[in-house]
Amino acid sequence: MAHAESAGPAPAILQEVKPAVLPRATLVENNRSFAWITEKICSIIEGKTPTWWWVCFIVACFVASFTVAGITYLVAVGVGVWGHANPVNWAWDIVNFVFWIGIGHAGTLISAILCLLRQRWRTSINRAAEAMTIFAVVCAAIFPVFHVGRVWYAWYLFPIPNSNVIWQNFRSPLEWDVFAVSTYGTVSVLFWYVGLIPDLAVLRDRFFAAGNKLRSFLYGLFALGWRGSNRHWSNYEMAYLILAGVSTPLVLSVHTIVSFDFAVSLLPGWHTTIFPPYFVAGAIFSGFGMVLTLMLPLRAIYKLEDLITQYHIDCMCKITLATGTIVGYAYAMEFFIAWYGANPYEGFAFINRAFGHYAWAYWIMIACNVITPQFFWFKKVRENTAFVWILSIFVNVGMWFERFVIIVTSLARDFLPSSWGYYSPSIVEIFTFFGTFGVFSVLFLLFIRFLPIMPMAELKAVTPQADVHAGHDHH
Amino acid sequence: MSKLFPKSANKLPLQIIVFLFVFGGIATAGVTYYMTPKYTRVGYAPVQPVPFSHALHAGQLGLDCRYCHSNVDKSGHANVPTAQTCMNCHNQVKVDSPLLAAVRQSYETGEPLPWVKIHQLPDHAYFNHAVHVNRGVSCVECHGKINEMEVVTHTQPLSMGWCLDCHRNPETRVREPGDIYNLNSPTIAEKSGIEAGIKFVHDWNIKPPQSCSGCHR
Repeated sequence: MAHAESAGPAPAILQEVKPAVLPRATLVENNRSFAWITEKICSIIEGKTPTWWWVCFIVACFVASFTVAGITYLVAVGVGVWGHANPVNWAWDIVNFVFWIGIGHAGTLISAILCLLRQRWRTSINRAAEAMTIFAVVCAAIFPVFHVGRVWYAWYLFPIPNSNVIWQNFRSPLEWDVFAVSTYGTVSVLFWYVGLIPDLAVLRDRFFAAGNKLRSFLYGLFALGWRGSNRHWSNYEMAYLILAGVSTPLVLSVHTIVSFDFAVSLLPGWHTTIFPPYFVAGAIFSGFGMVLTLMLPLRAIYKLEDLITQYHIDCMCKITLATGTIVGYAYAMEFFIAWYGANPYEGFAFINRAFGHYAWAYWIMIACNVITPQFFWFKKVRENTAFVWILSIFVNVGMWFERFVIIVTSLARDFLPSSWGYYSPSIVEIFTFFGTFGVFSVLFLLFIRFLPIMPMAELKAVTPQADVHAGHDHH
Repeated sequence: MSKLFPKSANKLPLQIIVFLFVFGGIATAGVTYYMTPKYTRVGYAPVQPVPFSHALHAGQLGLDCRYCHSNVDKSGHANVPTAQTCMNCHNQVKVDSPLLAAVRQSYETGEPLPWVKIHQLPDHAYFNHAVHVNRGVSCVECHGKINEMEVVTHTQPLSMGWCLDCHRNPETRVREPGDIYNLNSPTIAEKSGIEAGIKFVHDWNIKPPQSCSGCHR
């Protein structure tokens, strides 16, 4: 601009070209009032327990009992009850661990990165997505903890001084995993809880006014004496921002380190530099799949269409599309590098993946992860919530198969053809994994019954009437 | 909110933090003291089926350890003697002692005496007695002064850290080959200085393993 001015008065471009006015999407529809939002969210908790909730809860408890049974049997008999055997010494346990950990990533992305990028549409889904993250970490943690076999020694994972003078091998990515996942769990819980404080105070006051002293006391205990003063809000905003900053690297680091479990080894099919970005993209892809799987039924049951609008669904579908396409690109790039790198073992590993004994799993993966998200290019598809929900299930299935394909096909055909094998899960493994969906559902059902599923204060801040320029075009 | 919580609730966060520190400190100290082998193993002295006195046999009479534990220098396993070994002498000495009734019965029936095992090797650990006693590690290092014990007592923690103390610094603990079964003998380092210990470790090619698979096979 400086030299343009020195050459003479330049015509004001903006006066000649009228920029198109792009209206911001409305995040709360039908011009709902603040009181309506509070009523809507709190009524879910304050109302009578719906019958569907009890049905789902009992079914979820029954399903969760499969994990309890599987784990009890494992502890009683030993880790040999799982189907692992040379050469496939990592199988469903690690597949399920990576699967669940990956799902959590959408919650952290929504709460941290979208917060820092001021993506205001996150407010409708962040609370439930963060809850999903925490419950997914709980399910994920079951597998590495119990795959050590003698679970009472699982504390050896942590560097605690002991009479065995055992110290952890800090050069092992498995040890990095311990810290990555435990940090991730801790920060996710903190983030979730800090966000909950103002809403817990609202519930405390409402139950107090309704004369329910016990529930008022319990919510009050966790509301930490929140009065909504300016000082409280100012501290809250700062704490939230700091936690968003702390969580942001975690979105990338946790699954990067999970991918190191494989990438740092020398096994063909694992030893690739593309793993960290490819795993992170896959994690966010699967996470948004799970967010859609959970939020769409909630939206329908609790009639939350004004809060989770078509715009929200569009945004989630587009992120699923973007990350799913990155994952598809990574699949292609793995093949390209296997050919371009001219390493016969690497080449064999990938040919074997697509056309070997586990080809069925590979093509399920490709169909679910590469083809499914491409439907989200179409507005018609994104507007059909039932179809979006079905596609989100396919995303979840596909991402589980991705981990299965990576872990099992590489191990089943390692360097020594004499030790090649074919892995099938034992019934105990199947029980344990099946049950984790129950564990997750039990926790999530308790969450929607007893905690506000959306941040009320933040939602109010994104309503049209909270905007001082409401109804005007300039922003 | 004074209606719901008393004013003293404002102090709760501080009280909880103080409590956690105090409780955490006590728990750590308690676990460190009461739940490690220094406490759980050391001092174990069960009542044995026969009141055999090592102080009398090995100390006063000067029997060599290997008279009874005859395979300790040949085998990974240090054997406990059969009643036959006892009867070598006790068919002449104290033939009618009521204290030896169980030994005579065992000798006649062939049923082994139900000695109570004191020094337990942890699960999944491999230990070879012969390798140790033939490379300068005396009985006394792990079992204490058995030659002074009326009742055998667990004197060392036998924890993995304790094993590693010696595996990392063998020069401090080794003895002359002739001193292995003399439980009152000094170590080479005590007798001739640490340099002599280092020289012995070098000359005898003593390389105690420190890798996992050294003991956990």
